[in-house]
Amino acid sequence: MDSTIQLQASGIVKRFGSETVLDGIDLQVHRGEVLVVLGPSGCGKSTLLRCLNGLERVDSGQIALDGEQITADGAHMARMRQKIGMVFQSYDLFPHKTILDNITLAPIKVQHRPRREAEQEAEELLHRVGLWEKRDAYPRQLSGGQKQRAAIVRALCMHPEIMLFDEVTAALDPEMVREVLDVMLELAQQGLTMIIVTHEMQFARAIADRIVFLDGGRIIEESAPEQFFTAPQTPRAKEFLGTFTFTKRSTEQNSVII
Amino acid sequence: MQDLGISLLFKGSNMARLFGGLWVTVQISLIAVLLSIPLGILFGLFMTLKHPAARLVSRVYLDFIRIMPQLVLLFLVYFGVTRTFGVNLSAWTSAILVFTLWGTAEMGDLVRGALISIPRHQYDSAEALGLTRLQTYTYIIIPQTLRRLLPLAINLTTRMIKTTSLVVLIGIVEVLKVGQQIIDANRFDYPTAALWIYGVVFFLYFFACWPISLVSKRLEKRWR
Repeated sequence: MDSTIQLQASGIVKRFGSETVLDGIDLQVHRGEVLVVLGPSGCGKSTLLRCLNGLERVDSGQIALDGEQITADGAHMARMRQKIGMVFQSYDLFPHKTILDNITLAPIKVQHRPRREAEQEAEELLHRVGLWEKRDAYPRQLSGGQKQRAAIVRALCMHPEIMLFDEVTAALDPEMVREVLDVMLELAQQGLTMIIVTHEMQFARAIADRIVFLDGGRIIEESAPEQFFTAPQTPRAKEFLGTFTFTKRSTEQNSVII
Repeated sequence: MQDLGISLLFKGSNMARLFGGLWVTVQISLIAVLLSIPLGILFGLFMTLKHPAARLVSRVYLDFIRIMPQLVLLFLVYFGVTRTFGVNLSAWTSAILVFTLWGTAEMGDLVRGALISIPRHQYDSAEALGLTRLQTYTYIIIPQTLRRLLPLAINLTTRMIKTTSLVVLIGIVEVLKVGQQIIDANRFDYPTAALWIYGVVFFLYFFACWPISLVSKRLEKRWR
């Protein structure tokens, strides 16, 4: 991580009807930094990511990548999007295309790269995430974890400068979560700039350079992971972290009563 | 020797007449299907519109066509329109009109179903990869819609072919009617004719619809 600011968001406001989902978000992400966004469900985490790559139009505020404004108008947006990779919670591979075709579609059609070159890179990336032998398979033939790894490769093949991960393990069986998180850890170690929305607290603590805690559409707390998990500053964050140890406490209490 | 009903098939031009009848059936259904596909696609797109007036119009049209038995629709167009508006539609035109109206409604509903069944995140992930709207439709949405639509559209086609047998009742002589005529004309010479002739009619329908079903099965297998 260096000190260059790669992504800068200031005063982001997003409303759905009368409901304000994001209420003035200011965010700076440095090159090579891994930022983890935490918060209770409905706090606007996913919406924030969707705003950052222009899937949602912001009502006010500005977003800049490498100093260049991200606006919602057509051609410019398409060019900016190539610099921002995104992986979603639901398996978003295209079901009618093979894994290789899923990965090479955008490099060939959007970036106009030669097919051979795109395929070669796709195969190398697939090799790295252990999916090389699945290159000609269809998404339905893959497990959830494999699909998410393929989706990560698909985003990587566009050579993004920053990657957004929107609860990528939330829909996975527990035993498949690990293989996806391992891929993300490896990317972080290679110095890719990442913004991660997750509910995996252990993982957040291990991978994050910085934690942002969101509630009610605002950033409530922003700190280093060790500090956030050991000594959260706000009552809201304490309460939130408390919900993850709830089961343990309640069973202890039960055993006392019995 | 007691004459077998089967020899009736080869008497005179009976076989040719049956095939002629089948041709009428196939012609009516083919024209109706060919008209229904483009109209149905347009109607399907129209049905996905959110405007309340568009919703009302498509709802009323679809329900009207679906609730009415096809026979009633045929009578309504063939007899009703002539009586009420003084427009003299031939039985042929009426049949094509009714089957196109019906096919358009059913096809439209299939198109609508296929379109809305494409999950939102397919659009999102295509967009996030930098694909333009046109590219998203060309490479992602339309291929998936077609895959869902084609087997259903083919089943609709076979249903339409079978239902054209109703046009007898507004006086069109198609395969079933030809069969009846042959049976009636030879009632005394060939008492078992009904079995043989209807048997042949069965196979004629079967061979008209079977290849279409086969294609649909294959596509379903290949695309699912």
